[in-house]
Amino acid sequence: MEFGLSEEQTLLQDSVRRFLEDNAPLDRVRAFADEADDSDIWQGLIDLGIGGLLVSEDNGGIGLGHLDAVLVAEALGYSATPAPFLSTAVLLPTALQAAGAHTDMLADLVSGSLRAGAALAESNGDRLNGGVSCAGSNLTGTTRFVLDSKADVYLVTDSDSGLHLVDQGASGLSARKLSHIDATRPLTELTLDNTPARRVSDDPAVLQRVLTVGRTMLAADTLGAAQFMLDAAVAYANDREQFNRPIGSFQAVKHMCAEMAAEIEPCRALVWYAGHALDEAPEEAELMALQSKAHTSEVGKFVAKTATEVHGGMGFTDLVGLHYWFKRIGFNRQMLGNPEFLREQAARVQGLVAA
Amino acid sequence: MDLSYGPEYEAFREEVSAFLKTHGDKAPKGSDMRSKAVLDWQALLIEHGYAARTIPREYGGYGAEPDILKSRIIAEEFASAQVNSGLGGQGISMLVPTLLEMGSEEQKKRFIAPTIRGEMIWCQGYSEPGAGSDLASLKTKAELDGDEWVVNGQKIWTSTAHIADWIFCLVRTEPDAPKHQGISFLLFSMDTPGIEVRPLVDMTGNANFNETFFTDVRVPKEQIVGARGQGWQVANSILGFERDSLGDPNAMLSRLNRLTELMREETVDGQRVIDNPIFRDRLMRIQGRVMSLRFNELRVLSDRVSGKSDARLARMVSKLQGTELRHDLEALAIDALGELGLAYGDNPYLRDKGTWQYYYMFFLGLIIGGGTSQIQKNIISERGLGMPKEPKIERK
Repeated sequence: MEFGLSEEQTLLQDSVRRFLEDNAPLDRVRAFADEADDSDIWQGLIDLGIGGLLVSEDNGGIGLGHLDAVLVAEALGYSATPAPFLSTAVLLPTALQAAGAHTDMLADLVSGSLRAGAALAESNGDRLNGGVSCAGSNLTGTTRFVLDSKADVYLVTDSDSGLHLVDQGASGLSARKLSHIDATRPLTELTLDNTPARRVSDDPAVLQRVLTVGRTMLAADTLGAAQFMLDAAVAYANDREQFNRPIGSFQAVKHMCAEMAAEIEPCRALVWYAGHALDEAPEEAELMALQSKAHTSEVGKFVAKTATEVHGGMGFTDLVGLHYWFKRIGFNRQMLGNPEFLREQAARVQGLVAA
Repeated sequence: MDLSYGPEYEAFREEVSAFLKTHGDKAPKGSDMRSKAVLDWQALLIEHGYAARTIPREYGGYGAEPDILKSRIIAEEFASAQVNSGLGGQGISMLVPTLLEMGSEEQKKRFIAPTIRGEMIWCQGYSEPGAGSDLASLKTKAELDGDEWVVNGQKIWTSTAHIADWIFCLVRTEPDAPKHQGISFLLFSMDTPGIEVRPLVDMTGNANFNETFFTDVRVPKEQIVGARGQGWQVANSILGFERDSLGDPNAMLSRLNRLTELMREETVDGQRVIDNPIFRDRLMRIQGRVMSLRFNELRVLSDRVSGKSDARLARMVSKLQGTELRHDLEALAIDALGELGLAYGDNPYLRDKGTWQYYYMFFLGLIIGGGTSQIQKNIISERGLGMPKEPKIERK
């Protein structure tokens, strides 16, 4: 019986963390916020094998498990790293392999020569009369809050839970950037007008799997970001002095930190298990993804506020840069379903919603 | 990550389950700790290694090597069969391990066997009206007079003092020493003249606690565990000790499942509570928290099995989070029941024997008892996160 990480898993997470500390520190994150070019960071992650993490060896990847991917997502959240990890290394490989379609593209995702975006927002509740319909093999409609702004190819869901591939530059496709709070992960609006597409799947179970895996990774990203914010708050409180003593010696302050730790620590076990379940307990995976993303989002919200408060006025400034993590957590909370939506799905999965 | 227990342990589970099938009907149902049925059952459990499992045979135990997974399997199987898992109480859970760690050979021989068999019931005399979170400031004093300690003072929160045969008690024997070095650990009979026990009724209506008063209580000199002034270390010697008897590890989950059923059964204006989206959302929110703590406990268990300490912080947060969550879970059931949730005692509309109100209050007691949530937060921040201690204020 072992509920924990293997040596290889610890090494994997450490190597990603070290790479990000050296190559994507806060200054680099700031630069991305201005220029929106993360290709050097992504290439570095590709060199570490991250592109092929979830791609089977048959398809040219390294075929690790979802818990391994969870650990990478956690590390990316910890550093608030700009990278198309979710869309390129998680969502598209999951879709292609679950559907067994266009698997020849996987090698390019692994090598970093192809970068993917993902248009799934409308499957988590449509707010602006958006959505894409499919006629023949062409797509028409508008889809918003699409992950990534530099994608070569988009994974697009249609109004019948089908999944398609749309190439950047396809006829009738127009894209515009949607400004939003989290500068580390750009969002795009896509308008499609009879745009040619390649079908990936018409099976709602494939879309479901894509959402389940994606939600688990967002939960892990929030866990990492929350852990960073706690670490930063503790370091600040131990260093900052008022009334001739470190503010961390005041119970009012240290209890805020203890409460954050007490909320974050059980999330780690929850998110690890959610990742584990994707491979080893498939019947539990959907519920685990729903609940782990809902719960970490609630914890994340609490930590984002509390850690900022521990930093006092500096926490509110751009100088310290803590707001990148605050916003990262806020972004994760809404993407692929906010907590209320996810909990209703969780109730549904368990037969608690009347037909 | 490997959540299977493996064949050796599954075989052990079969053994426990077979025992429960053969002998389960002998288990006592009532709560009288003195009844023959209780004592016989305890003896049978010790004989098979399901109680006093790791207590050496020479002291009346079963003498098994500590094995956390086996202990957990025993707890799981007894809980799922809903069979009485034997005697607990502070004598068995705290004094016996303390004696094993710090007691003299004579004390081990004299006290451990009758305690684990249930023939000697103990209460714990630690807290005082003026020494709660700051336990080491306790004032009950013991002065040596010839061959006897003379104890004077007052203890509070002494659970089961009204039924206990003996007490293990922290007293101040060295009034001039620094507070942690002036305490001794005494054992004495509750029949000793000069002891008065007054029940303390708690908010649930029960009186498991007491106030215990000592007036010139004379205790034989040798009934001290450890040396004079060493009582604080003696009392803390089992802090890192992992008890081999575990409570129901799935209690929280069973309670959540029952709450879910309750929300499907109860109706308001003909509509099931579960069909109200607000209540459904609250239930799912509680479920997310239950899941996170359940996996946290598995992680802690695994950490203990492997002897690693990767999950130190996970361990530290479990009392704080577990008691707060359980309180909130019981509270949701009361809200789901509305006015019915107020029912208590002999109310004919009582649901689940009134346990929702009872545990709602009981767990508030646990939030406070055994180190309040605020003390837990001091521990988490100082020992877990490495934050500085609050400067001590010198008393003028």
